[in-house]
Amino acid sequence: MSKEKNKKQILPYFLVSPYLLHLLVFITFPIVFSIVLTFHKWNIISPMEYVGVDNFVRLFNDRMFWKAIVNTFVFLVIHIPLQIIIALALAYFLNQKLFFRAFFRAAFFLPVVISGVVVTMLWQQLYSFDTGLINDMLVSIGLPRVAWLTDSKFAMISIAIMATWKNVGLYVILFLVGLQSVPERYYEAADVEGASSWQKFRYITLPAINPTIFMVTILSTIGGFGLFIEPYIMTGGGPLNSTLSAMLYIYKQAFEYYHMGYAATLGIFFALIIMLVVVIQKYTIEKE
Amino acid sequence: MNFRKSLTYILLTVAALTFLYPFYWMIIASLLPESQIGDFTLIPQELTFSNYLTMFSKIPIFRSLLNSSIVAIVSTTGIIVFGSMVGYALAKMTFKGRDLIFFIIIFTMTLPFQITLIPNYILMVKFGWVDSFAALIIPALNSAFAIIMFRQVFRSIPDDLISAARVDGCTETQIIFQILWPNIIPTIITVSIITFMASWNDVLWPLIVIRDEQLMTMPQLVTLFAVGGRSDAQLGVKLASAVLLALPVIIAYLIFQKHFISSMASSGIKG
Repeated sequence: MSKEKNKKQILPYFLVSPYLLHLLVFITFPIVFSIVLTFHKWNIISPMEYVGVDNFVRLFNDRMFWKAIVNTFVFLVIHIPLQIIIALALAYFLNQKLFFRAFFRAAFFLPVVISGVVVTMLWQQLYSFDTGLINDMLVSIGLPRVAWLTDSKFAMISIAIMATWKNVGLYVILFLVGLQSVPERYYEAADVEGASSWQKFRYITLPAINPTIFMVTILSTIGGFGLFIEPYIMTGGGPLNSTLSAMLYIYKQAFEYYHMGYAATLGIFFALIIMLVVVIQKYTIEKE
Repeated sequence: MNFRKSLTYILLTVAALTFLYPFYWMIIASLLPESQIGDFTLIPQELTFSNYLTMFSKIPIFRSLLNSSIVAIVSTTGIIVFGSMVGYALAKMTFKGRDLIFFIIIFTMTLPFQITLIPNYILMVKFGWVDSFAALIIPALNSAFAIIMFRQVFRSIPDDLISAARVDGCTETQIIFQILWPNIIPTIITVSIITFMASWNDVLWPLIVIRDEQLMTMPQLVTLFAVGGRSDAQLGVKLASAVLLALPVIIAYLIFQKHFISSMASSGIKG
């Protein structure tokens, strides 16, 4: 009996042991090691060199890093509102009895499953100055061509539009779930009161989907801070570093210049910014 | 049909075309001679596979397709097996430290990956895993998301079913894999799709740990082909590689469309 009991006590630990081992090797150790790295200069090949707080001093004086942080925020500030408005509008129109409803839903969702690499290569051509579809359409309605990717004023906006096109289908589905949770009788009651469509949207729909808006904001903030492959393929961070995202800059420091200590410092600092932004978002939304 | 409804249809159709037409354009453009790509809008005049043949001669694209498949299948299987073991222990067993482990799992979900990226690369160097599938598979083998999904679904399974299986002499691992798995197929499908897609589409980590062209994953190889000089700036050839990268996912999506949408939406809701 005691042997049986012993086995019962060990078993759960056996079941969670792969997780704990993985946690220790690939999360706990890296975090600790990352902190050690921030006090060192290291290119992996030669021995580590202790440099005190040099990496932090360098970070605060690194104009390029701050530019990359600002660029990343510019991306988020364009991308997130655009995505919420378009997703909400599409979900609103989809949320009724329609022929081909499943088809529309599936069409909006297609870019979500396709690799960002494909989407970026495709949009690089759509944005092409001379032969791109978007400029061709602008010309056909009498507008001038836009230097989508080669003008530093437009390049980040162009990437934000593309990212919205890629991700919006997912958020259409999330908003649809939110919209369908609003009881039909609320709208019926509003009809009896003679409310307009806008009033119904403003006073019934919007409050009901507030949690969804919150979720979409958090999800796309976390995703958006990871912005990397789009500028990596499309612009290499240019023109004039206008699309250099924080993640792309960290990547370059680590894997092009092999500044491991400095890159680890940037990584930790950037992660703290991300967590801070998400906490602030949660706090402000909960307060409302 | 009233005016309002017609307007809805027009709007939704325009939106659908905005999402679909670029993919149509890309597929046709990849089948056109370089000189005609700029002029093409709707109906192609002559189609050719020459872009594909040029691409095949320059990069080992089928090898990379195989690599991506191996990595995604092994990672997904591992995550399902380990995820259900941990999820089961957390849902159906009482032991010291259980709540702490669950708290840690939730906590790791909120950690931005930017913290561990660089030290994990150094680990790969020290383990000698750079340029091996181990670097692509083993660090990915645990997913907090999968554990939470399995914990949740196991909690909804009645204890009687498990007690009955124990009386019949089943071991706990038999209970998980033979008795419970058939009852949680929707969760397994959801976790599989999310994990598989995440592995299939990941490109940052492969760019970091794989340098040998023969071991590259498909999105990595296509990325380097697009930004490197080897496509000789030929648009058709680049697009051909992008089409091949998209094709397996498009086919899978056409078949399992409903599963894709519901799985990815549920991961958004829970995550």
